[in-house]
Amino acid sequence: MRIGAALRELHRSESTLATELSRVAERYPKEKEVHHVAEDLAAWSRDHVRAIAEAAPRYGVDPAALESPEPSEEAQPELPGEGSDKEMALLADLRRLYRMSGGAALDWDLLGQGAQAVADPELLSVAERCRPRSVRQMRWARGMLKAVSPQILAT
Amino acid sequence: MPSRDPIAEPWGTRTPYGPGEQWPVRVDRHLAEGVDPEDVDRWVRTASILHSNGDAMDIAVKDGRIVGVRGHGEDRVNRGRLDPKDLYGWQSGHSADRLTRPLVRRDGELVETDWDTAMDLVVRRSRELLDEQGASALGFYTSGQLFLEEYYTLAAIGHGAIGTNHMDGNTRLCTATAAAALKESFGCDGQPGSYGDIDHADVIALYGHNMAETQAVSWSRILDRLAGPNPPRLLCVDPRPTPVAREATLHLAPRPGTNVALMNAILHELIRTDRVDHAYVEAHTVGYEALVETTDAYPPERAARICEVPAEQIREAAALLGGAKRLLSTVLQGFYQSNQATAASVQVNNVHLLRGMLGRPGAGVLQMNGQPTAENTRECGADGDLTGFRNWNNDRHIADLAQVWNLDPMRIPHYAPPTHAMQIMRYAEKGSIRFLWVSATNPAVSLPELGRIRELLASQGLFLVVQDVFMTETAELADVVLPAATWGEKTGTFTNSDRTVHLSEKAVEPPGEARPDLDIFLDYARRMDFRDDDGRPFPQWHDPESAFEAWKRAGVGRPCDYSGITYDHLRRVGGIQWPCNEEHPQGTERLYADGRFWASPEECESFGKDLVTGAPSEEAEYRSTNPEGRAMIKAVEYVPPHEEPGEEYPFTLITGRTIYHFHTRTKTGRAPELQRAAPEVWVEIAPSDARAAGIDEGDPVQVRSPRGGIRARVRVSGIRPGVLFVPFHYGYWDTDASDEGGERDRAANEMTVNDWDPVSKQPLFKTAAASLRPLGRGDGRPSQAPTTTASAPVDARVPATRGEPDTVEEHVDEPTDGGTR
Repeated sequence: MRIGAALRELHRSESTLATELSRVAERYPKEKEVHHVAEDLAAWSRDHVRAIAEAAPRYGVDPAALESPEPSEEAQPELPGEGSDKEMALLADLRRLYRMSGGAALDWDLLGQGAQAVADPELLSVAERCRPRSVRQMRWARGMLKAVSPQILAT
Repeated sequence: MPSRDPIAEPWGTRTPYGPGEQWPVRVDRHLAEGVDPEDVDRWVRTASILHSNGDAMDIAVKDGRIVGVRGHGEDRVNRGRLDPKDLYGWQSGHSADRLTRPLVRRDGELVETDWDTAMDLVVRRSRELLDEQGASALGFYTSGQLFLEEYYTLAAIGHGAIGTNHMDGNTRLCTATAAAALKESFGCDGQPGSYGDIDHADVIALYGHNMAETQAVSWSRILDRLAGPNPPRLLCVDPRPTPVAREATLHLAPRPGTNVALMNAILHELIRTDRVDHAYVEAHTVGYEALVETTDAYPPERAARICEVPAEQIREAAALLGGAKRLLSTVLQGFYQSNQATAASVQVNNVHLLRGMLGRPGAGVLQMNGQPTAENTRECGADGDLTGFRNWNNDRHIADLAQVWNLDPMRIPHYAPPTHAMQIMRYAEKGSIRFLWVSATNPAVSLPELGRIRELLASQGLFLVVQDVFMTETAELADVVLPAATWGEKTGTFTNSDRTVHLSEKAVEPPGEARPDLDIFLDYARRMDFRDDDGRPFPQWHDPESAFEAWKRAGVGRPCDYSGITYDHLRRVGGIQWPCNEEHPQGTERLYADGRFWASPEECESFGKDLVTGAPSEEAEYRSTNPEGRAMIKAVEYVPPHEEPGEEYPFTLITGRTIYHFHTRTKTGRAPELQRAAPEVWVEIAPSDARAAGIDEGDPVQVRSPRGGIRARVRVSGIRPGVLFVPFHYGYWDTDASDEGGERDRAANEMTVNDWDPVSKQPLFKTAAASLRPLGRGDGRPSQAPTTTASAPVDARVPATRGEPDTVEEHVDEPTDGGTR
């Protein structure tokens, strides 16, 4: 059974997403909507991380051994010029959050499939509770990107 | 004919009536001292411009000057009554300090000039920026106080001719959440209910709505029901001891910022006790199951902990709402300017959808407006909406608007939601908006975090045009000041909170060279030489009536259909409620009577938003969840406010208004009776908090938030402990703040938080943490806060707020036929 592996992966993706959302919130104190909503959404991911840790022992995974790596994706430039251009950096950060939350949503899909295959209603309900919130995080990043990009790109 | 002191008795004498009866007529009249009715040369038709109630009235003219007002006995809105601002506010038009000539900034100083010089400057800067950067360099920030014709013209110029997405009104501060909540629940903006529902309701619930001070004449209507047979029972949700709270059967005073938790618990109880009209829910809504699931997590005990309201009161509230046969709900700033604004207001709509309480006499929702013409800002598209409640995300709506305007659809920006006010200010701060035209509003006093707003408006890189009646705090920062005519000096229409359209006719000449706002906008368009696709000057209209006729064509087939209304029609019958068209030639009192909504994917104004994140949904998703265009029940969890009290800032600060003033007092501060009634800023505090701080009524204190502070005298009132209230009306035009050494320590918005509801983008004026520091003993004088209203003192020795018995009330006894109108 590979559900333990799926849980470990999901823990990684949700905890890096939580860290990244908080980091983006901190990085843009003057972009108030990004600042505030990103922090609200980080709380969702932290909640997901707790739910994963609670489910882990049943699949032979030691919660203490779950990894919470630093977001590594920032090493890769998301958009040209993001290092020197604060406006491009904002677009890059939103783009990155979109991909990361999209990845988490997919991972929840996988876990939900697994939970059904092994007939674990408890795990299925965790997946059903968390997956829509990953999708909402993703939609938020996309909506925000669509709202702020025209002015940034046109000026 | 009894005489009344409108300052001491803002709601006047009672004219009791029973359920289903017609509200009796009471015609209020106030004329300047020494003027008798027979001296009046002319009475000129208009309606109130100092709140959103839309009281119909006549202006008295003598020797070319306004000398008083009287109410319209036959009008459906007020049946003759006028409130204190209606009775006295007109005097400001005659103030000696009206702007009478254009001003331009030369060597740092504003100096008088002529219209050609001022407009040439505005046009030259517009052209330079359009060439250099394009439409994204230009922004427009307008008002809730102009006329329909003016907003429509501004929207056509901004969204059509220039093609900028940066247009909003100060309606963002007062009514954006009303529009957003209506769109979320019903697919489209448009007030469902009618003031006439007060005549029929057996339960009236007022959510964060101090109607007694914001729509005083409609509050008189409720008081008259309360004084009559079989009165309605009232539910009040408000942290302050408002006049509404005093009359309420049940008053809940939740901790500010927790409205969603409270509403979820009320819905939880309605569902648990099965006070649900399942047939209605089944036939007319989508989303009920999600609401059941979400509110399941909010039993009254949980909400009681979050809101700090007894669980028993929440149960009683649900029982009151659940037992109503005709339920009327009204919502205003206590929800709209608070944490999770749209989500909380949507929960009120949900109560009505659950109970099937829509579109019948007495069964309705009033998502209220703050300002007199805010409805027109919304429907004309001069705020963050598109003309005629069109959906910016629906290409067919854009094509249709482009056809009405005879412009290429590509000229109308529709790639993102129109830029909201707070984002416009941010772009100005960052320097990507370099031209901002502010009309009839005063952001230097009314927006949050004023230190920042003043700085960005004054910045060298921003070309600021201010069009106003007085030298406001904002006008002082402008590069060009354009003197405008005001109410009574120009003709146009406007629409109140319950969709009633009134005509407001010109009574007197504007002072000096001041011009109607419509003329200024059209003058700009002609000088810019805007053209439509056939090369005709755009906009294609030239005066108020031609603008109105053009607007009618833009609204045909949309909910805000004015096609059956003409100026003559309005002169003949007074107020008319839209939609008014061939099908409904007399107008429409209630929307959604047939359980049909403007919510089909083809018709809806919005595909909806996530109520927590504000992320817009796309068409495909909307089509799959609501293909038939039903009303939408939307559920959402409670999310705590972003700034909560703590050790350094132990109080929650909320700001608001008083009955005697409007907005930043540019008009009411110049009406002596109103100014005397509430002459200076104050801070309200609960007796227990006052004792703990060692302060008494009238003592001077400093109130601070992380952003700034003010000084004020204390009013010890019955406000909820832990909460401070400061009125937002008081800026600096009548202080020495602009002098050297003068301090900016009076405006509530020095302290408010720069945060907004992600759905409606309405700033949160009722969520800030604050501290309070005594500044020594006072001189024994009490605060001058009004004693007649929510700011009433607990100390009975404070002298009562009074004026003069200078207003005539004419009671017209009509036989009641018991029928409905």
